[in-house]
Amino acid sequence: MRKAMVLFAGLFASSVLAASPPAEGEKEDVPAYILHHVADSPEIEIEIPGSYEHIAIHLPQILIPLKEGACAPQMTDHGETHPGLLAGCLDLSITKHTVMMFLAALLLVGSLLIWSNRDKSKLVPRGVGANLFEMLVVFVRDELAVKNIGKEEAPRYTPYLLTVFFFILFMNMLGLFPWMATATGNVAVTAALALCTFVLTQIAGIRAAGLGGYLAHLTGGVHWLLWPIMIPVEILGLFTKPFALTMRLFANMLAGHIVIFFLLGLIFMMGSAAVGIVAVPFAMGIYFLELFVAFVQAYVFTLLSALFIGMSVAMGHHHDHGHAEEHGHKEGGASHDHGKAHFVGS
Amino acid sequence: MTNLALAFLSAGIGAGLAIIGAGLGIGKLAASAMEATGRQPAAGGDIRTSMIIAAALIEGATLFALVICVLLATKA
Repeated sequence: MRKAMVLFAGLFASSVLAASPPAEGEKEDVPAYILHHVADSPEIEIEIPGSYEHIAIHLPQILIPLKEGACAPQMTDHGETHPGLLAGCLDLSITKHTVMMFLAALLLVGSLLIWSNRDKSKLVPRGVGANLFEMLVVFVRDELAVKNIGKEEAPRYTPYLLTVFFFILFMNMLGLFPWMATATGNVAVTAALALCTFVLTQIAGIRAAGLGGYLAHLTGGVHWLLWPIMIPVEILGLFTKPFALTMRLFANMLAGHIVIFFLLGLIFMMGSAAVGIVAVPFAMGIYFLELFVAFVQAYVFTLLSALFIGMSVAMGHHHDHGHAEEHGHKEGGASHDHGKAHFVGS
Repeated sequence: MTNLALAFLSAGIGAGLAIIGAGLGIGKLAASAMEATGRQPAAGGDIRTSMIIAAALIEGATLFALVICVLLATKA
């Protein structure tokens, strides 16, 4: 019998004051510093302004060996490391980006608990927070879900789209605060989000067209002699969509932070404070651009998720492939009529 | 030149070429969208949505190229 063993190495919130003032005349390795800051790590470093010291919070390391003794620590020249998943060690450690995801989820749930309008007798939200959330929620529902998925099916997928929009938005924004990190700048996080969209898209397709219709769609509706060409292409098409979602969010968030760091790092690379006169305003400009990008990327991820789901939902209507797009251009009553006519037709 | 230097050089040139393509593509897209909005301002919302979708798809294809460049630069 294999025992599931959970190793806890390092204590949660055991703070250590690590001091490392650089020696006089030592060249600062700016690229390594930046990559260290952007990458995931098993500890949270909180720099103290005006000193070379930082508080390091070590996070719990959770290793689950799938084989007996697979998680034995190994000594390498980089210090103590653990074997990977291929060697049979499942690493579920809490890392810096995991903490940021927890924090984003907590902030999201907290702010929605405070600001959501739950008093149904008062239909008009009061206050800045409530209005802001109402605006964003209505935007995602009307502009993204209904326009791309269609009036009938949109309510089913709106909760997912809202969740994904606000979660990405909060993670993107958290990275812009001092001492925080961008969880969406980690390819594993964005891949997991894209995987959720991928699974939901396939489920939507199977729901709309049935398993047979879903599989028939993979053949592209061509003569069977062409199937050997069409099926691989269609299957490839299935997987490039979530891959593009993953890379877009990841690359955008990572690149923005690296640019800010590099602009500030120029001061140290040139070794003169005068560079700061140019570098700091530029970094500020990029920072505001990043604020905009945080919104745009959350929007684009949600928009494309809605679009993919809309395409899957439209799979059920074989006589009318432009169904989801048609809905987007019809307003109010016209769209309703179209929906009814469609319901009768199918 | 060593192989390592060539890999770094190709990563840099590749990233630049990919960005030229994406810049041209998104630039033409934005130009057409603005012309269309100017011609028919009422359709501005729909045009903007379609523009963002197309821009995101172009960006996606560019990012595939950039990933290859990053792989070249890091695995070299």
